[in-house]
Amino acid sequence: MFRFILRRLLESIPVLWAVATLTFIMLKLAPGGPFDAERQVTPEVLAQLEAQYGLDKPLLVQYGRQLWNLMRGDLGVSYKFPNRTVNEVIADTFPVSLELGIYAISIALVVGVIMGLIASLRPNSWSDYVPSAMAMTGICLPTFVLGPLLILLFVIKLGWFPLSGWTSLPSAKVLPAITLGLYFAAYVSRLTRGGMREILTQDYIRTARAKGASEVRVVLKHALRGGILPVVSFLGPAVAGLIAGSFVIETIFTIPGLGRFFVTSALNRDYTMVLGLVVFFASLIVFFNLVVDILQIWLNPKLKFE
Amino acid sequence: METTNLPLMKLWHALIIAVFAIVGCGKRETRVEQGNREQILHLANGTEIEDIDCQIVTGVPEHHIITTLTEGLVSEDPKDLHPVPGVAERWESNADQNVWTFHFRDNAKWTNGDKVTAQDFVRSYKRILMPTLASKYAYMLFVMKNAEAYQNGDLTDFDQVGVKALDDRTLEITLTYPTPYFLSLLNHYTWFPVHIPTIEKFGALDMKGNKWTRSGNFVGNGPFRLKDWRISDVLIVEKNPLYWDADTVRLKEIHFYPIESAETQERLYRAGQLHNTYEMLPAKIEVYEREQPELLYKYRWLASYFYRFNTSRKPVDNLLVRKALSMAIDRESIVKNVTRAGQRPAYFYSPPDTAGYTPRARLKEDVAKAKELLAEAGYPNGKGMPKIEIVFNTLETHRAIAEAIQEMWRKNLNIEVELVNQEWKVYLDSQRELDYDISRAGWTGDYEDPNTFLDMWTSWSQQNQTGWTNAAYDDLIRKAGREANPVQRYEYFQQAEEILIDELPILPIYIYTRVYLLHPAVNGWYPTHLDHHPWKYIHLEAPGSSG
Repeated sequence: MFRFILRRLLESIPVLWAVATLTFIMLKLAPGGPFDAERQVTPEVLAQLEAQYGLDKPLLVQYGRQLWNLMRGDLGVSYKFPNRTVNEVIADTFPVSLELGIYAISIALVVGVIMGLIASLRPNSWSDYVPSAMAMTGICLPTFVLGPLLILLFVIKLGWFPLSGWTSLPSAKVLPAITLGLYFAAYVSRLTRGGMREILTQDYIRTARAKGASEVRVVLKHALRGGILPVVSFLGPAVAGLIAGSFVIETIFTIPGLGRFFVTSALNRDYTMVLGLVVFFASLIVFFNLVVDILQIWLNPKLKFE
Repeated sequence: METTNLPLMKLWHALIIAVFAIVGCGKRETRVEQGNREQILHLANGTEIEDIDCQIVTGVPEHHIITTLTEGLVSEDPKDLHPVPGVAERWESNADQNVWTFHFRDNAKWTNGDKVTAQDFVRSYKRILMPTLASKYAYMLFVMKNAEAYQNGDLTDFDQVGVKALDDRTLEITLTYPTPYFLSLLNHYTWFPVHIPTIEKFGALDMKGNKWTRSGNFVGNGPFRLKDWRISDVLIVEKNPLYWDADTVRLKEIHFYPIESAETQERLYRAGQLHNTYEMLPAKIEVYEREQPELLYKYRWLASYFYRFNTSRKPVDNLLVRKALSMAIDRESIVKNVTRAGQRPAYFYSPPDTAGYTPRARLKEDVAKAKELLAEAGYPNGKGMPKIEIVFNTLETHRAIAEAIQEMWRKNLNIEVELVNQEWKVYLDSQRELDYDISRAGWTGDYEDPNTFLDMWTSWSQQNQTGWTNAAYDDLIRKAGREANPVQRYEYFQQAEEILIDELPILPIYIYTRVYLLHPAVNGWYPTHLDHHPWKYIHLEAPGSSG
């Protein structure tokens, strides 16, 4: 397993290099620059700003410098927030997105797996139709619709939850976690149902039942481990996306997470922030894909570390 | 085969109990209600601010926060913003009005207990004008003698710049020319002092990434001091006990929330979590006007909405075409049916009653005349007229206005107009590169004087971006910048505006209003042209309370 992990980490280096390079190229090709504003600066000030951030150097020099800084973990000073570094912004906001992501994925797994299990046990019956319909609704209903609906009911009408205050009020975490969690629960439910249906028709399940194992034991001990494999595959990029932050949820619920910066940094042409966040996100995906692969091998004895 | 539901039932019960434990039963006191009781103001403040270093930022949300933390030589009256004593308790000028002397009060202090001195202002102005700081708004100080030369690097001896500390409590500023709006200009944050020793403690004066503005580090001299700043979450200021006029300050804290979405702001307001919204969606304005007008603040703003013409590109390089386009739109209909927020249709460019200045020049709307002019330009009934594009940045209101104007031109002039929606930076790039036919634009006054609107159309202004130049216009603006007699000065502006309206490098559409919700508990908040609300006069009184 150690060799497998080492190999995968080495393989991730060219992947991250490609991501950084493509991002750099796209940033340079995009019209507009970080210092463009409605109130234009004087040419002298613009020249000075470009010199401070190294934008007056040839593109290859800029590229080399950025890569070297990325390798050292120095993501640079933000163009938009000149007294903050990208590292500081990530350090301040990523824990919030991580916390929200953990709550959301927990809800997604608990609700999604339970619903998917229920749907898989009696196919083409009401206990299948109802969870499946709920899952389909969840997939079709985007978070920017679900979120405001929950706010209208639970915040404005009933006053049960606050709408903001993530860092100061525990109750402010409930609605955003539910909104994001339910959206992913819909996918988890569909995947669980599909995976379980395939496993429950296997010979070894029939054997277990014939040997007199209870249905609970058959489902939870024998079938679930294999039936949940599609969910595990889905989880890798999903978890990375969840913990990197959701722009929509953070905007609706005023959560001080990292998600908003992904979008605003691109709109601001904040070169260092965009590059830093993209490479950070790519690293998360690489990491979680590795974790998912290890998990799959553990769950499915037929797979090997190779 | 049966499935047992007992483990699942236990799980659901546990979840339901947990939810109720967190929620509690029924409604609780809202954040606003608690704030009213404790004198804590909760405000939506638009986008996340760049910083609170007043010498490197450029935005309006930054202004709101900086004016709680820092105070300049003068301050503003809360009702009409006329200059009142700030750090300086009195001032005078020479007969030519180009040398000003400010006398500091003895009890003006920084939050670390240091006295605010004239040398602090000298060092502050030296910093903002440092070429290596590359302050984007430093040009606001260019009325000061040799300030521009120093910032451009043409002058290296700062002693030749027109600011001197005559002693600890006396500051002398020498202007290049008499500047009648100078005292109003001093209320722009670029003229505020910064605490140089604190900046130097954390790095060089021009260093990017300097941590001097973090909570725990920042030193200011305003009515409030920085208590906490969590990026993307909240910035909290608390009453500064060392402020010279602390007895006037009744608020205990102000919490500024960076919330960009107008929908989210309105939801938070309705949920009792904000005392205001920063802006309003047009569709919501009507609802509040009908059902809760007492919550709606609506007043004229010193800001103009207009289109730029690219006078270097056909067919709008032709003055007759520009005049025809201007005459063929119904501005009244746009503000009544499209924007619906009480804006004033603009038949001129500068907002009326800007420091007592109202333009004489007037645009006319006359569809028949517009058709004649278009025919004279070589496009009778629109025939042969090339398709023109209106470029605007992504916002529903801009689209709606552009669609209305597109339809008006199609119906009245029989011409084809395409709408091009561009992302903000792309739109700015298009304007700067003159890669457009007609471009949506807006301008907010930096200070209360017509110069802030009119000097942008000179041939040397970075903000022009129309390709239009006019030597007579330049000359009038130059003269107005040197004229001490206010009557003569305004006459120069009137003549300049007549040229602008006659040659139409721009198409004025309406004068903005500021529209937002404000909780009735907020007192001391007055509608002002620049949308400034001096914080020390604001306090909270819940409606119906004895106060």
